Amino acid sequence: MSDTVVGPRDPYHIGHGDRAAWRDPHSEHAARDLASKRIIVGYGFWIFLLSDIVMFSAFFATYAVLSGETAGGPGGKDLFHLDIVAIETACLLLSSFTCGIASIGARARNDGLYYGSMAATAVLGAGFLFLELREFAGMIAIGAGPTRSAFLSAFFTLVGCHGLHVTLGLMWLLTMMAQVFAKGYRADILRRVLCFSMFWHTLDIIWVAIFTVVYLMGVGTQ
Amino acid sequence: MSHVADEGHHPNVPEADRAPGDLRADRGEIVRSLRTYLIGLGLAILITVVAFFIARTTLVWQPSIPIALFVLAIAQMGVHLAFFLHITTGPDNTNNVLALAFGVLIVGLLIVGSLWIMTNLNHNMLPMERIMQMQR
Repeated sequence: MSDTVVGPRDPYHIGHGDRAAWRDPHSEHAARDLASKRIIVGYGFWIFLLSDIVMFSAFFATYAVLSGETAGGPGGKDLFHLDIVAIETACLLLSSFTCGIASIGARARNDGLYYGSMAATAVLGAGFLFLELREFAGMIAIGAGPTRSAFLSAFFTLVGCHGLHVTLGLMWLLTMMAQVFAKGYRADILRRVLCFSMFWHTLDIIWVAIFTVVYLMGVGTQ
Repeated sequence: MSHVADEGHHPNVPEADRAPGDLRADRGEIVRSLRTYLIGLGLAILITVVAFFIARTTLVWQPSIPIALFVLAIAQMGVHLAFFLHITTGPDNTNNVLALAFGVLIVGLLIVGSLWIMTNLNHNMLPMERIMQMQR
């Protein structure tokens, strides 16, 4: 196989030097002709995650505009409990760490490391979700549901959307454990594990923005 | 057939690009990436503790608190991107960084633009009570 490959090998020529370097099979660039499928899949999923972040930024903008419109109802200072939020944050941050360990375990094909840290991620994620649902239920119980004011509508939309992502992430996590169990550390399964760990890390990044903008600033300013 | 169906990872062949969130596979790299995650976790915990402390403290000048929280949040996102998602400035990460830069641009336009327009509208609008009176 020489120069007969016509298709776009690297259509954007980003950081790959000049074309002539590809033609020489002994050049160090020869190996750079085509990115592996793992890189292409990861890059595509990264673009999806960025678009997800753009969607969240619309919810953040909505919340920032409406955060003062409490319509005489309770504001953030009355509703938020920073102790609970701190525990939620700890759960999600540690789960992001254990998720990273799980991806090391998958690359090393180490069963104990992979299943153990995936299970830890699942437990921490479920703990986060439990605390968040309890918070929502408590707020609705005292009449501070999403219909009470524009502030609460925006709050439930933003934080609820993140919670929904965590729920889907948990299902994906269990699926990945099952798939590795059933099919082993195959290349296509490992690509899915890579995408899952990126998804989970991104959820943690969005949670950083939520606990800062919604909870910490909400308690401080209103 | 070296190009097509390049499913596995070849430890001897240097890759030109790296997938975001990806690690290299050999033994030394596993130890190194474990260290990366540990450093990231330590930094993230530190920043989070400082943020939760600052939000409730009365020790500092109060109007500075939102700015401090904002800076800490950006720093923590940077830590997550660098240490957990492995988005670096290396040449194997150019595509990932460019995509991220575009994402940040759109997020910035969306949030700053919305806030700008809405505060302007708020500023130029009659107070709600006056509108109510005029409708009577």
